[in-house]
Amino acid sequence: MTTLSDIKSRPIYAGLKVDDMARRHLVAAEGEGALAVIEAFSRAPDALDRTTILYCPAGSAAMGHDTALADLNPDVFHLAPSPQTLLVRLNVMLSTATMGTRLYATGTEGFIGAVIAAALPFGVDHHSIYTEHRGSLARRVQCVHCKGMTENVTATPFTCSHCGLTLFVRDHYSRRLGAFQGVCVDAEEPGVIPPVEELYK
Amino acid sequence: MGLQFKTETFRDDFTFSNSPEAIHRFPFPFDSDSYMYSVNIEQHMPGPPKSHVEFPIDIDEHYVAEMQDRAMVLKEDPLRCQALPHMLTAEWDLVELLMESMSKHYPEHFSLTKDGDRWHWVNRPLGIDQRFTFGDTATLPYPPMEYVTRQCQGDFALIDQRNDMLFMDAGMITTQADWSLDFDIGMSWTEWHGPVPLAHDLGIMDRALKFLLNLQQGRPVRRLNWTMTVNPRLDTSPENYHKWGVDRTTVTPENVGDKVHLRVELQALWRLPRSNAIVFSIRCYLIKMSELVTIPKWGRRFPRILKGLPPELAEYKGLTRYRDMTIKYLEQFDDGAPTSPGFFPD
Ligand code: HEM
Repeated sequence: MTTLSDIKSRPIYAGLKVDDMARRHLVAAEGEGALAVIEAFSRAPDALDRTTILYCPAGSAAMGHDTALADLNPDVFHLAPSPQTLLVRLNVMLSTATMGTRLYATGTEGFIGAVIAAALPFGVDHHSIYTEHRGSLARRVQCVHCKGMTENVTATPFTCSHCGLTLFVRDHYSRRLGAFQGVCVDAEEPGVIPPVEELYK
Repeated sequence: MGLQFKTETFRDDFTFSNSPEAIHRFPFPFDSDSYMYSVNIEQHMPGPPKSHVEFPIDIDEHYVAEMQDRAMVLKEDPLRCQALPHMLTAEWDLVELLMESMSKHYPEHFSLTKDGDRWHWVNRPLGIDQRFTFGDTATLPYPPMEYVTRQCQGDFALIDQRNDMLFMDAGMITTQADWSLDFDIGMSWTEWHGPVPLAHDLGIMDRALKFLLNLQQGRPVRRLNWTMTVNPRLDTSPENYHKWGVDRTTVTPENVGDKVHLRVELQALWRLPRSNAIVFSIRCYLIKMSELVTIPKWGRRFPRILKGLPPELAEYKGLTRYRDMTIKYLEQFDDGAPTSPGFFPD
């Protein structure tokens, strides 16, 4: 098992741009992702009357991005109190989405991953989702041992919030789970834990 | 002449060992004194009698014990066997492939009789007698892939092909060299091979993918892959790494011959007829260092391989902690004489 960071399953985010061909635009944004949405749609204001924006401020609550997004005046603007509630609404919208709808996801890597994972069961090809990473580098990590998800992981190693094992974060990434893989760091020498590195702030 | 199935374990007291015949037919994976990744794919043709490739599906003396170990793994962790719903046709393809091959080549142990879609399967070593309707999942006690792979040595992955890409969309994975089906299921070829060092940049993975996209029905292929395992443990899963990882620190100069194992995977790939999916079999063979050196050519060659192994590969395969001790043990059996080309014993 390699801990190096040249693992090829690590996702690449190409950046948001508005798809001129789309009939509807469905935007899921979190935290600093609001700025990516504002930049992209300011360049294509005609698209806004066919656009739904779902936004949760998360860690950027004090920044006023929600007001700035609402000021874009899209067809629908929904402010969600948390990523989880945003995903509930997104799921319903995906289930009724029509052909020609373009999905956008922007915010932290964990949030983008959760949006993509939500869309896959609806037959949305992940290549078709426009993504831009903004804000913290925090990761969503699945413990390979107990399968528990820990959100907002900023450092490696960290303690699994479910089983309590100390895990290092691999760059190996599953789109289905929307998560990186966490593996016990002291399996070979119990108790010997390398220093914590804040790699994903 | 039927096989004599051994009573042995791959956990706890680790009573696994190979008979002299099993050692002789071990799929030693090195055809020269150095090793590097390559596109080592060849046609899966019948090999010499009694060899591990005499038949497309190899059943050996460890069959019953391996199936018992698989059942234990699944009891503890059912996530080792998973299939995405669109793979059901491929699951039935796999039932056909394995039952036909096993009954044809090992008729004293397995038999299959068909009356249209009504099949009758008998597995004598495991004491199973099952009548079912091919294609009707309700007539089997488990989903089709799980049913048949609980009765066949080797891990199996079912691979879907879409848009010129392969996706690992189902599998029975209980004897894996440290990768997780639960994490990898649904991934593309490029994603699940993500952690492999060097091979991507050498263009090996791209060439192998191109080859497999064109895999033809009726023309299976195979390759060998290898790693090493401390203790004859089949279940070296990442799920249980926090339990077995510590084994790597238990090797001593006294026990190295018995504890350290070469772990070879005979991997074969078939294009399936109904689903157009690919089945990827990963048949794991274990051999202790003390058994390996009973073949003089292998005893000479393997320490040379270990000495010259690129550090990235040693790290990836998890050998770092016990590689030097293993080389030291093996060097007693290397008199420096040249080795003949090819895999087989002299
Ligand atoms: C379609 C069938 C195949 C499947 C499902 C498969 C799956 C895998 C998996 C799960 C791993 C472990 C990755 C990890 O560390 O997480 C792996 C390793 C690897 N695979 Fe494949 N593989 C397939 C075919 C091939 C083929 C045809 C090649 C030929 C070049 C290949 C070359 C490799 C290599 C070189 C490694 C690293 C092995 C080591 O050093 O121990 N694979 N494969």
